Amino acid sequence: MQVDVQQLMEKLDLFGCIQCGKCTGGCPLSLTTALNVRYLIYETLLDVLPDPGKMEELWDCTCCFTCVQRCPKDVKPAELIIGLRSQLVESGKIPGTVGDALMSIFRQGNPLGFAREDRAAWAEGLNIRPAQEGCETLLFTCCSSAYDVRSQPATRALVQALRAAGVEFGSLGTEESCCGNEVRRVGEAGLFEMLTEEGKPLLESTGARRIVTTSPHCFNTLKNEYNLSGIEVLHYTQLIARLLEEGRLPFSGRLEKTVTYHDPCFLGKQNHVFDEPRAVLQAIPGVRFVEMDRIRERSLCCEGGGGRMWFEGTNTEQRLAFQRVHEAAETGAEVLAVACPFCLAMLDDAVKVQGLSERLKVMDIMELVVQAL
Amino acid sequence: MVRVTIDGQTIEVEPETTILEAARRLRIPIPTLCHHPALEPYGACRLCTVEITLGGRSQLVTSCNYPIRQEMEVQTASERVLKGRRMLAELLLARCPNVPQVQEVAASLGVSTVRFERGDEICHLCGLCVRVCEELIGQSAISFIGRGVDRQVGPPFVKFSDACIACGACAFVCPTGAIRLENITDKTPRPLLSEFDARLARRGNIYIPFPQAVPKVPVIDREHCLHFALGRCGACQFFCEAKAINYDQEDELLEVDVETIIVATGFDLMDPRIKPEFGYGVYPNVITGLEFERLSSASGPTAGKILINGKEPRDVVFIHCVGSRDPHTGVSYCSRICCMYTAKHAHLVRDKLPQARITVFYMDVRAFGKGYEEFYDRVKHERVVYRRGEPSEVYKKGDRLVVRAEDTLLRRTVEVEADLVVLATAVVPRGDAAAVAEVLGLQRTPDGFFQEAHPKYRPVESNRPKVFLAGCCQGPKDIPDTVAQAKAAAASAMAILAEAARSQDEFTGGTDAG
Amino acid sequence: MRITEHATRNTYHTMEYVTMESKPRIGVYICHCGTNIAATVDVAAVVEFAKTLPGVVVARHYTYMCSEPGQALIKEDSKALGLNRVVVASCSPRMHEPTFRGAAERGGVNRYRLEMANIREQCSWVHRDRASATLKAKALVASAVAKAARLEPLEERQVGVTPGVVVIGGGIAGMIAALDVADAGFPAYLVEKSDRLGGRVADLYRTFPDLEPAGEWLEPLIERVQSHPNVTVLLNSLVTEVSGYVGNFEVKVSSSPNDHLEPGTLKPETRNPETIQAGAIIIATGYNPFDPHGKPEFGYGRYPQVVTTVEMERRLAAGDLAVEGKAPRDIAFIKCVGSRDVQLGHPYCSRVCCQVCAKQAQLLRKALPDARVTVFYMDVRTFGKRGEESFDEARRAGVRYQRGNVSEVYRRGERVVLRVEDTLLGRTLEHEADLVVLAVGMEPREDTGDIAALLKVPRSADGFFLEAHPKLGPVDTAMDGVFLAGCCQGPKDIPDTVAQAKAAASSALIPLIRGTVPVGSETAIVDPELCAGCGMCVQVCPFGAPSLDLLWGVSRVNAVLCKGCGACAVTCPSKAIRLQHFTPDQVLAQVEALVE
Repeated sequence: MQVDVQQLMEKLDLFGCIQCGKCTGGCPLSLTTALNVRYLIYETLLDVLPDPGKMEELWDCTCCFTCVQRCPKDVKPAELIIGLRSQLVESGKIPGTVGDALMSIFRQGNPLGFAREDRAAWAEGLNIRPAQEGCETLLFTCCSSAYDVRSQPATRALVQALRAAGVEFGSLGTEESCCGNEVRRVGEAGLFEMLTEEGKPLLESTGARRIVTTSPHCFNTLKNEYNLSGIEVLHYTQLIARLLEEGRLPFSGRLEKTVTYHDPCFLGKQNHVFDEPRAVLQAIPGVRFVEMDRIRERSLCCEGGGGRMWFEGTNTEQRLAFQRVHEAAETGAEVLAVACPFCLAMLDDAVKVQGLSERLKVMDIMELVVQAL
Repeated sequence: MVRVTIDGQTIEVEPETTILEAARRLRIPIPTLCHHPALEPYGACRLCTVEITLGGRSQLVTSCNYPIRQEMEVQTASERVLKGRRMLAELLLARCPNVPQVQEVAASLGVSTVRFERGDEICHLCGLCVRVCEELIGQSAISFIGRGVDRQVGPPFVKFSDACIACGACAFVCPTGAIRLENITDKTPRPLLSEFDARLARRGNIYIPFPQAVPKVPVIDREHCLHFALGRCGACQFFCEAKAINYDQEDELLEVDVETIIVATGFDLMDPRIKPEFGYGVYPNVITGLEFERLSSASGPTAGKILINGKEPRDVVFIHCVGSRDPHTGVSYCSRICCMYTAKHAHLVRDKLPQARITVFYMDVRAFGKGYEEFYDRVKHERVVYRRGEPSEVYKKGDRLVVRAEDTLLRRTVEVEADLVVLATAVVPRGDAAAVAEVLGLQRTPDGFFQEAHPKYRPVESNRPKVFLAGCCQGPKDIPDTVAQAKAAAASAMAILAEAARSQDEFTGGTDAG
Repeated sequence: MRITEHATRNTYHTMEYVTMESKPRIGVYICHCGTNIAATVDVAAVVEFAKTLPGVVVARHYTYMCSEPGQALIKEDSKALGLNRVVVASCSPRMHEPTFRGAAERGGVNRYRLEMANIREQCSWVHRDRASATLKAKALVASAVAKAARLEPLEERQVGVTPGVVVIGGGIAGMIAALDVADAGFPAYLVEKSDRLGGRVADLYRTFPDLEPAGEWLEPLIERVQSHPNVTVLLNSLVTEVSGYVGNFEVKVSSSPNDHLEPGTLKPETRNPETIQAGAIIIATGYNPFDPHGKPEFGYGRYPQVVTTVEMERRLAAGDLAVEGKAPRDIAFIKCVGSRDVQLGHPYCSRVCCQVCAKQAQLLRKALPDARVTVFYMDVRTFGKRGEESFDEARRAGVRYQRGNVSEVYRRGERVVLRVEDTLLGRTLEHEADLVVLAVGMEPREDTGDIAALLKVPRSADGFFLEAHPKLGPVDTAMDGVFLAGCCQGPKDIPDTVAQAKAAASSALIPLIRGTVPVGSETAIVDPELCAGCGMCVQVCPFGAPSLDLLWGVSRVNAVLCKGCGACAVTCPSKAIRLQHFTPDQVLAQVEALVE
C-alpha cells in the first residue's frame, strides 16, 4: 500500500521530532512487539516508510498516549500511528476482527456484535428514567458496561450508589450508541465523524448539564472531542468522589480488604484524574489501600485500548496484563480495583490465565463501594 | 595663461593645454574614440577634429593633441567639422558595423547609410590597448602590426608574448571587447579575489574592502599593484580628484605607553582541504559556511541570491563538525558556533528557496545558548530535516553531488544527492597567533588559543599581568559571549587604570580637583 | 539630587514658535537597509514623494543610512543646505535613534529635531506586497515630516552620579562584579539573602573540565571579597525597595541576621533597615535547580536510588556514595531533566548539564572502578573550552554514552529499572541500576518576579531576566543603570558567569567613572499658570515624577524620573501638562498626515 506521506506530514508535527527516543522508550509495547514509533516518525520524515500494510505491529498500539505525554517537543507520536491506521482503513487493509467490530458499531451501535435493542437489558427492573424526557445528569454507559456480563454488575452498582446519594439521572437506553473513542483511535475517521454527528445532538437534546460515564474511554472522547457545549463530562469516580466529599454517600458497612488500584490510561495519563478514584477507595471503611510501584503517570497499560479489544496483538505470550496482575499480587492486595471496563476485562482474564484467581480478584471500584453502602 | 574662445565661450588655460581639455572644462562636448585621460593623446580616430582659426587662417585639427595658442578661436561643430566627422563615422561604421560604440557615434551624427564595402571588425584600431600597455603598464606586449588595411593589434610576430603579464589592462580599457587575453599570452590571468567576500568575488588592486568599512576609503594591495611591483601605472593617483593618493605613504611605527593591553585578535577558519573527502576545492558546489554567508548577504557577490553556477540549488546539504572534534586534524575541541550558524543558514535557505530540500547532517546539535534550542525547534519546523550521522565523503554524480553518510538513527548508509553542500569548518587560532603570543609573551593552551590565567574564574586574564584576552583569540565563542568577555576584559583594564590614576594622584599629591 | 522644571511662557507657546528663524528646512533620508527595506519598498518613489512634502528641502535614499557615509550625508546636507530638522526613514528608533541624533547634531541640527519613520519593522518586514508597502512607507514618512516640522529644539541635561554600585546576590557572579567595581576604586555593596557568600558554587566538589577542587579558588575569592576595603558585605539581607534612576538610585535593604527572609515581607523585627545610595545596580541573583518532582515518571522522592546532580555533587564531596548501604554497581545518568521540554514550559537548554554529567560520571568511575556508569542523552553539548576533550576523557575512563531519552524509572526488587530506547541500537531496554542521577536543569528563582517588579526589569519568555539585546547587550537591561550578571539572565557555566559579571561591572563603572549621565528631554512640563494643583498627575504617574509644591499650589515634574509616558498629560483636566517632543499639535499633525 502506498502511503500518502504528504498528508501525514501536513497533519502532524513530525519536523519537530529530535529523535530522542522518549516515546519508544516509554511505549509499553516496544519491548514485546516490533512497534517503534520513533523509528516510524523518522522513516516517514525521510519518506522511506515501508508498506504499512505489512506492519502488523501498527495494530498493537493501545493509544495509551504515554509517548504523547512525555515527548519533550510535543510532537504527539501516537497520532502518526493513528494516521497510518487511517490510511490502512481507507484501503481496507485492517485486521479482520477490527473490521468486524467497526461494522457492528455501524449496524448496531456497539462493537460486540449484540443487537441494539438489547442495550438496555442490564437496566432491567431498575426503572431508569429515559434521558429523552430531559434530565440534569445523563448516565452514559460504555458498550462494554452495557453488554458485557462482567461489567454489568459495576454499572448496576453505580446506579445503586447514585440513587443512594439522591442524584437524579437519566439514560438514553437503546438509543445510546458507541461513543467512538476506539473508532477514532483505530483510524476510522469517517465512522467517528458519523457517530459524533449523530451523538452530539442527541446528547445535547437531553438538556443534561452533566454527563457521567462508566468508562474512561467514553469520558475521554465526550470531554475532549465531542465539543459538547455547556455540558460537564465526568468519569463516575469524579462524581462519586464529589458526592463523598459532600457527605451525600454515607457508608453503613465495612469492607475488610486490602485493595490496590490500577490507573487506566485514558483516565490517568491522558486526563490526569488520579486522585478521585483513590479518594473513593480510601473512603470505604475497612479498606486497606496499598499502591503498586507503577502508578499514576507510570501506570502499566492493560493493553485494552486503541482497538486492542478487537485485536489480539502480535505477541500473545507476553501480555502486559500478565505483568500487571503479578505486580498487583506482589503488593499483597486481595483486590485489584479498576475504573474501566476494558481494564476489568483484560486484567480479569490475566488473573485467570496466570493462575492468580485464589490470590487476587479484579473488581470495579463501584463493586467495592456498594459492598459497604 | 593663454586665452581661447571655443564656440563663443572664452576661457584662460595654462599653456600646452589641449583644445579638448579646454573644451571639457567648458563642458562643451567633443566626441572621441581613442582618447583616454591617463594616456598620451594619439589622434588615431580623428573624431575630435575641430576647426581652429588663428591669425585669420582656419584649419581642421584634432583637438585631443593640439595645444591652445593665445587668441585661438575654436569651433567644435561647424559645418566643415561635421562633414568631416560624418565621413569618419561612415568609414568606421563600414569597418565595424556591429560595434555598439561605433553605432552610437554614427547615430549621434545622423549617419545611417554606408556607401563603402562592409567589414565585420570589432577592433576599430583606437590603440588604447597598445598605449595602456606601453605607457601605464610599461610592458609593450602588444602593438600595431601590419600596415594599411592589414593593420591590426597583436603581440610581436602574432605569437604569444613573453612580455605580457596577463594584467588585463588592455581588455579593461578596450571599448569594444576586441582584445582577448588568450590571443596575447598563454599565461592564465589570476584574478584578485576579495578576501571579505570569501574569495567569491573579484576585486581590483585598489579597492574598498566592503560597504560598511570604516573608514570607507580604498586601500591599495601593494603586493599586486603595478606601481609598487614594477614602478608603473599610477592611474589611480591620476584620476583621484581629491588628490588623496600618496604612494609614498610608509608604515608608521607608533610607540605608545600604556598601562594595559587587551588582546582581541580573533580567529581563522580551517581550510577544509585538510579533509579532502569532502571535495572542497574540487567541486565548485562544495562551499564553507563563511562562503555561504557571503552568498546570502545582500551586499555579497550574488546580491543575496543563493546561486551555484548561476542556478538556484534544489537540494542543499549542511555538514557539521568539518575538522572539529577530530584528532586527525589536530582540532579535538568543539568549535562552539557551528551548530547554531548552520541552523541559521538552513533557515536562510528556506527563506530564499521555499521549495528546496534541506538536510543537516550532525553528530550532536549543540544549541546551548539563550533562545538557541527554541531557534533549533523553529528551524526544524521550517521543514529542515536533521539526520544524525557524520558524512564520510562527498562525490560527484553528473552535475550533482552525493553525500555519503550512515544515518545512525536509521542504521543505514545513505547517499543523499545535493546541488549544494555547505561545510561547517572548524574555528582555529589565527595564523599569526604564534607571533602575537611571542611578542606579548603569552602562553597558549594545547588547542593553540591564548591561555587564560584560570579556566574557571579568571577567563580574561592571560599569564602576563595587565594583558587581557577578549573574544575568540581565547577560544571559539559566539557574539553574546564575546561581547560579555570583551566587557570583562575592559573591567579588568579599568581596574588597572583606576589604580594607575590613584597612584598618580598620590605621587603628585592629589592636586586634581574633585 | 532633584531637578524640577518650570514651564515658562516662552517654551509653552509652541504655535508662536514658528518664526522665520525656525521655518522648517527638513532633510529626508530613506534607507535601503541593504535589501531589508529596498526589496519591498520602492525607496526611490518614496524619495520623490518626500520632495513634495511641505518644508522638505532635500530628500535622498542610501543603502545603509547608519553607516559612516550615510551619517555623513546628513551631516553635510545639514551644513550645506542649512537644514534645521532631519527625518530618517529606516529601522526602528530603538536601533539607531541615538546614531542619527548624533549625526544631526554634528551637522548643526538640534538632536531633538530628528524624527524617525520606521519603515522596516513596521513596514517592509511585515508586508509582502510592494505597492501597498510603498504606499504605507510614504504615509509614515509624511507623518514623520509633519511632526518634524513642529519639533522644538530641546537640550539634553547631565545629572551627577553617586559613586557606588549595589550588587544583589553574593554568589560567584555577585562577588566577581563587586570585586571589579571595588578594584576600580568605587564602593560596592554586596547584598546577600542567605548567611554566607559563595552561592551555588560553594556546593560544588570539583569543577569541569579539569576536575579541580572548587574550594581551592573559591575560598580565596570569598576571602578577598570580605577583606576588600571597598566592598561592604550585607548578609541575611534583602532589597526591599528601589527608587531613583540611573546615577541616583536609592536602595533600601533590610537585614535580619537570624531570620530567613521572604521576598515581599518585612517582618517587624527586622533590624537595620538601610538606605544605600548608588549609581548603578547589578542583579546577580542566580538560579534554582529544577525540582524533579515535576517529572514524576522518574520516581524522584519515591525511590532512594534516584538523586539529582546537585545531590550527587554533595555525595561525591562527602565520599558518601552508598545506596541503601551498598556501593552501587550500576549507575545511570539521565540528562535533560526539566530542560528542552516544551510541555513542561522549559523549552530551553540548561547549558551546563552535559558537562556536569561528564564530570560526575568520570569522578564516579574513579571512585568506584568496578561500577558501570552509563549516561543517557539526546545530544552531548560539551561545547566549552576543553569540553569536548573532557567528554573524550570520560568515555576513555569507561563511561558509556547511550543515546536515548529515558522515559520512566520503576522499581524491581531492590534496584530500579530505566525504561529507555537506545535510538542507535533501535531497541528498547530495561536498564537496571542501583543509582540514578537526574541531570536537573536550571530554572529562574522564585523571587525573580519580585526583583523584576522592584527594579522594573522585564523577563524573557523562559522566565530569566531579559537582556537589552540578544547579541550586543548581554548585560544591559531595559532600565538604565541596572545590569545583569550570571545565571539570573540564563543558564551558564562558571567562566561565562565570571565574564558576564565582569562585563556588568564594566558597564556599571562607565557612569561612575564619567561622573554624570545624560538625561533625555522627552519629559513632561507643567505650566504653573494653568495648573490647578488638583494632584491627579501625581496619582497617575507610575514613576513618581510629578509632585505637588504645597507652597505654590502647583505640580512640578522631576525631569529625571519622568520617562515620558504621557499619562499625566492625558489626565490633566486643565491641560496644564504637556509632554515635550510629543505635544498635542505634533501628534495631531502626525495623525492628519497619516490619514490624508
